[in-house]
Amino acid sequence: MDDMDFIELDGVEKVFDVRRKTGFMRRERREVRAVDGISFRVPRGEMVGYIGPNGAGKSTTIKMLTGILTPSGGRLRVAGIDPSRERTKLAHRIGVVFGQRTTLWWDLPLRDSYRLMHRMYRIPDSRYRENLDRCVELLDLGALLEVPVRQLSLGQRMRGDIAAALLHDPEVLYLDEPTIGLDVISKAKVREFLRDLNAERSTTVLLTTHDLTDIEQLCKRVMVIDHGRLVYDGALAGLHEVGESERTLVVDLERELPPIELGSEPSVRVVKVEGPRQWLAFPASASAAPLVARIAAGYPLVDLSVREPDIESVIAKMYVSDPAL
Amino acid sequence: MRLYAVVAAGGFRRYATYRVATLAGVFTNTVFGFIMAYTYIALWDERPQLGGYDMSQALTYVWLGQALLMTCAMMGGGFEDELMERIRTGDIAVDLYRPADLQLWWLAGDLGRAAFHLLGRGIVPMVLGALAFDLAIPRSPWTWLAFLVSVGLGVVVSFGVRYLVALSAFWLMDGAGAMQIAWLAGLFFSGMMLPLTLFPGWLGELARVLPWSSLLQVPADVFLGTYAGWDVVRAYAFQGGWAVALLLAGRMLQSVATRRVVVQGG
Amino acid sequence: MAEIQAERTAAPPPVVFSERSRLVEGVRAYGLIVAMWLRSTMAYRASFVMTTVGNFVSTAFDFVTIMLMFAHVDVLGGFTLPEVALLYGTSATAFGLADLVLGSMDRLGRRVRDGTLDTLLVRPVPVLAQVAADRFALRRLGRITQGLLVLGYALVTLDIAWTPVKVLMLPMMVLSGAAIFGAVFVVGAAFQFYAQDASEVQNAFTYGGTTMLQYPPTVFAKDLVRGVTFVVPLAFVSWLPALYVLGRDYPLDLPRWVAGLPPVVAAGCWVLAGLAWRVGLRSYRSTGS
Repeated sequence: MDDMDFIELDGVEKVFDVRRKTGFMRRERREVRAVDGISFRVPRGEMVGYIGPNGAGKSTTIKMLTGILTPSGGRLRVAGIDPSRERTKLAHRIGVVFGQRTTLWWDLPLRDSYRLMHRMYRIPDSRYRENLDRCVELLDLGALLEVPVRQLSLGQRMRGDIAAALLHDPEVLYLDEPTIGLDVISKAKVREFLRDLNAERSTTVLLTTHDLTDIEQLCKRVMVIDHGRLVYDGALAGLHEVGESERTLVVDLERELPPIELGSEPSVRVVKVEGPRQWLAFPASASAAPLVARIAAGYPLVDLSVREPDIESVIAKMYVSDPAL
Repeated sequence: MRLYAVVAAGGFRRYATYRVATLAGVFTNTVFGFIMAYTYIALWDERPQLGGYDMSQALTYVWLGQALLMTCAMMGGGFEDELMERIRTGDIAVDLYRPADLQLWWLAGDLGRAAFHLLGRGIVPMVLGALAFDLAIPRSPWTWLAFLVSVGLGVVVSFGVRYLVALSAFWLMDGAGAMQIAWLAGLFFSGMMLPLTLFPGWLGELARVLPWSSLLQVPADVFLGTYAGWDVVRAYAFQGGWAVALLLAGRMLQSVATRRVVVQGG
Repeated sequence: MAEIQAERTAAPPPVVFSERSRLVEGVRAYGLIVAMWLRSTMAYRASFVMTTVGNFVSTAFDFVTIMLMFAHVDVLGGFTLPEVALLYGTSATAFGLADLVLGSMDRLGRRVRDGTLDTLLVRPVPVLAQVAADRFALRRLGRITQGLLVLGYALVTLDIAWTPVKVLMLPMMVLSGAAIFGAVFVVGAAFQFYAQDASEVQNAFTYGGTTMLQYPPTVFAKDLVRGVTFVVPLAFVSWLPALYVLGRDYPLDLPRWVAGLPPVVAAGCWVLAGLAWRVGLRSYRSTGS
């Protein structure tokens, strides 16, 4: 293994037998190809976004990369190790954060969960202290260490979980929806931390997310999976080109008015009107500020908000713009 | 009224979806039925007519116990865990704003559950028991009907007890202890381990007047034809009396508890 | 600061581990997780006390039932109350030990259903140890306590011509019995990889088994006794060695020396349980459900 092929997948497949009830006592067996021949390489130290609609095969891939699931076909290596055969050996070298399932101990202070990691992963004392101090500082956990996990907010718990996954110096970190359900400040903190981690320790990071902002701010490279196949692998900018995504400006006017017209901006269009509220789509790459200024100049504006594009809409767009995919 | 019928149907369906669990439960009930049946045979071999039952009546008692264990929720029935959890998390405040009576709502759901357990977990062990042993199965359809009424009253009494226990979560931080004591009492004083007629002296007298005897001892005696004529009505009155008393106590406790919720704002 | 930054840019060298046997790793991990659960339990101290007492009382009801039976008869299946107490005490203590150590394994089905088993699979320690330690409940000492009390009652009241072999037989049967029950817990858990809602099936063998062993074998039909001797070898938990201690006849005309077999049977059970667990886990890892 060299550092360019830190994670390698060659034609990896995962086929499930799904038994579906079709009537009383009658069952139908069906093969589902959750992952249908995926190949990619991730060099050491890269930060990659792994996105796709629900049920596309994202978490099945992550489960194979971590050794939870055995692939049905193809070849898979992480740090030169076959995850499904040497799962526990690999476990020392990877960190995993499942967004929805905490690994922290509900009734115990946060610090106790870290002590368990310390001993379970046999982390040398000095290394443990150093890593914990660092995580506490960067993830702002200092005041939370003695608090029982059940009393933490979702965002605090996620930060706690990320720290727990990093105490043993994993070379690669898998994050499954690390910002789901978090408030804006927590999201920003988590992203900043991941950026630093990747920059300073060159930890390889693979993250799945529904939040395109995560990808925009963290990953130069994005892989899109759909129906078990890799449909895009490249720079985020390229993804935007494939399907130019749009953001939405929601404006509340003083009263019901006909759709806003901004003659000089052909790329902006009103997509929905509901009473005094109107939805305007504009290119994700454009700034919202001049647009807002122009609307405010010509219309009685009460309130407004900007909605970011989500993964689904980007992927949907991909299909529209390039049916060959 | 229709609302509660829907809730009851929901309670029925909810348990009906777990087919594998039902099968597993039937298996376990049957195994326990066999084990207990043989111990009873040994006992009645030594002392025929013990407790006023002959051998086949005693064996019938064993299998009735297995059939009614889940129906009358002698070891807990499920709704109380959920209600306690809602009280603990404060979700109960939402329930109070529902346009339905809190107690009737949970009772309806529990009746639906009991109906499913009677069919799903009661019939098969009873049939298997009847195939393996010589049971005293009543011939008259009226006895069967009288038995079903008694089981229904037993379920309400069982609900009344568990509702009180669940409401204790308003005061206790963790109701697991109270719950455990309740199901212990249920298991022992319902007659599940041994017919109450075998309990000696004051223990037997006490056990027979406690509410738990409504869960198994009374329905079993109705099934076995121990009650003649008006005695059945007296048995119903006993069960009904406990049912009403427990439900009223539940209402009172509920109103005290909900006042607390309103005062504390959840 | 700059130097520190530069130093940190280099990836840290992977920590080196000596290869240890999986058994040692498993036992160590089990201990670590159990310690966490003990600390969690102590967060609700009052509840812990109540549930321990409850556990004691609920299991004691089994013996109270037997005592109530003996209020009406002098012998049951040809055995006196102190003799039945010996059968009861040994099997209840053995089962109590297994229940304390592995009793939460029936939660595996739930973990499979809600997906939390995956979080255990990415740890560097055996999954079996993690599942076994899950929700470790010290309140189960209640069952062991009442088992030991009944055993004590039996030993005080019984008039046994003690020999060194008979004395050794007691700890041997309790420990081997616990191991046999433990293997049943593991097989039951392995079964839940296939049927996640079937946790009750194992109750038939564990709770049902210990209930059966609390009565003399003479009470039960021959086929049932054959089943717990040759199919699910629970008879070796307490019946056979206890009958040896009591100097009573064995069921099924078994030879005298089978009383010494429990350790062998326990070892055999664990080999099978280990296999069942491996097959179950492998199936989970290929189907994800």
